[in-house]
Amino acid sequence: MISLKDVEHVALLARLELNEEEKEIYTKQLSDILEHARKLQDLDTTGIQPTAHVLPIKNVFREDKAGEHLPVEKVLANAPEKQDHYFKVPKIV
Amino acid sequence: MSQYEAVIGLEVHVELKTNTKIFCNSSTEFGAEPNHHICPVCLGLPGVLPVVNKKVVEYAIKAGLALNCKIASFSKFDRKNYYYPDLPKNYQISQYDLPIAEHGYLDINVGGKEKRIGITRVHMEEDAGKLIHQGTIATTPFSLVDYNRTGVPLIEIVSEPDMRSAEEAIAYLEKLKAIIQYTGVSDCKMQEGSLRCDANISVRPAGQQELGTKTELKNMNSFKALHKALAYEIERQIEVLEDGGKITQETRTWDEARGVTLTMRSKEEAHDYRYFPDPDLVPLVISEEWVKEIQYAIPELPDQRKERFVRELGLPDYDAEVLTSAKELADFYEQCVKIYNNPKVISNWIMGDMLKMMNAGGLEIKDVRVKPEQLAKLLQLIDNGTISGKIAKNVFEEMFNSGMDPEIIVREKGLVQISDEGLIEKVVRQVVEANPKSVDDYKNGKKQALGFLVGQVMKLTKGKANPGMVNKMLSDMLDN
Repeated sequence: MISLKDVEHVALLARLELNEEEKEIYTKQLSDILEHARKLQDLDTTGIQPTAHVLPIKNVFREDKAGEHLPVEKVLANAPEKQDHYFKVPKIV
Repeated sequence: MSQYEAVIGLEVHVELKTNTKIFCNSSTEFGAEPNHHICPVCLGLPGVLPVVNKKVVEYAIKAGLALNCKIASFSKFDRKNYYYPDLPKNYQISQYDLPIAEHGYLDINVGGKEKRIGITRVHMEEDAGKLIHQGTIATTPFSLVDYNRTGVPLIEIVSEPDMRSAEEAIAYLEKLKAIIQYTGVSDCKMQEGSLRCDANISVRPAGQQELGTKTELKNMNSFKALHKALAYEIERQIEVLEDGGKITQETRTWDEARGVTLTMRSKEEAHDYRYFPDPDLVPLVISEEWVKEIQYAIPELPDQRKERFVRELGLPDYDAEVLTSAKELADFYEQCVKIYNNPKVISNWIMGDMLKMMNAGGLEIKDVRVKPEQLAKLLQLIDNGTISGKIAKNVFEEMFNSGMDPEIIVREKGLVQISDEGLIEKVVRQVVEANPKSVDDYKNGKKQALGFLVGQVMKLTKGKANPGMVNKMLSDMLDN
């Protein structure tokens, strides 16, 4: 079971601000989801490799050749704030 | 006071010298205008697909092999999740449980004692962007972000906690740097940030098996800084324990200006990275053939080269160790030996005059203007009597500063050695006449007076008289 504390913890890690009502709803919903997924643990997985990828593909490489860059105006187009050619962000610590 | 021992492990990040980034075809070139080497993949825009650069995998395998690691036959990329503006995606693509290489080692030599340091793992990851603060990180009102470095390929090399002193940690990092440079996968410039080092460090009473609580040290931008930071932190931890206190597990930053380590305000819950396999990137299956092919391409490494210098050139261990500590230095040395076949004499010149001048000027071998052929030429000029060994030192200094040929310097400055018997005799007589007291001393058995007289002759000839001839002529004259 998921506790209210777990929900607060993952909300903080995901930078989500939840009110008390939301916390309660998500505690129940997340518990239900995990409970559902837990059924997988009833399967016998002896001798089965953990899945690294859902598709049966491996070794997709590109060669070390340079391509086009975006013009700096486009790079910064979505920046909420910019200065010169930099992204401007709030104080970090 | 009881004895303590330090336990140190290093995490070293090395930027790989590829043309393009690890997951897209943006350029990795250093020093571009801010945010000019950027594509949609670098920014993590919706709908983009990262695809791994084959060269990065090749280089990581190469580094792993050079560090005696076992290369994984199956490897994958994972997302390391954290919020920090140095990465626009809010996660870093790295490797978690299936790194490309594991279980390696390298050998160090401290004070003549060999020691093997274990390497836990080598994994690939993308570098983060660069934050520019106004003043310090703590007081800046805002920060500016340049994402050019985002996605530049890195390998992280994690050591076992096998080092017991700051000296051992330095020796490990020096050897690691040399090995990586020899393989050619990175230039390992600490000043430009292509080699970065964090340290995990704890202390414990000597003899105790259980590890003490560790701290993590960051922000050491040179070997000197690493040495000072470790030495400081060892002292600090011992003092805390001696005063009956406890070490707090935390990240500390080295303050170069003040010469202390300080608590960094840690990112809250920083160690909950919630790694999971990156669904955008498919697994790597590394064939034995590929590993073999890469193994063939690894050049002679520092330890092997050192051994060869001792075996084939008859160099002392210490000379061979110093000369092979950087590939370019060893190349320079070998070039000289090819032209002038006296390995020890060349070693003396490089380890003495040249390294001293390099250190004084903070230069690396590639900045040195003297060419191997020129050093060889200088030594030939001594051998054929054109200049004295003493004058040669001045000529070398001039060569080092100007890059000019020794012959030209000797000719232009009129430094050719005087071997004309008549000329030397004239000066010797002059000196004997002017220094009757020294002559008497010599005749009364004070043999060291000869040295003074020789010195006077050299002084009058501005160091150009052939010292062997001066010595012989003086003693002949005084003994008869």
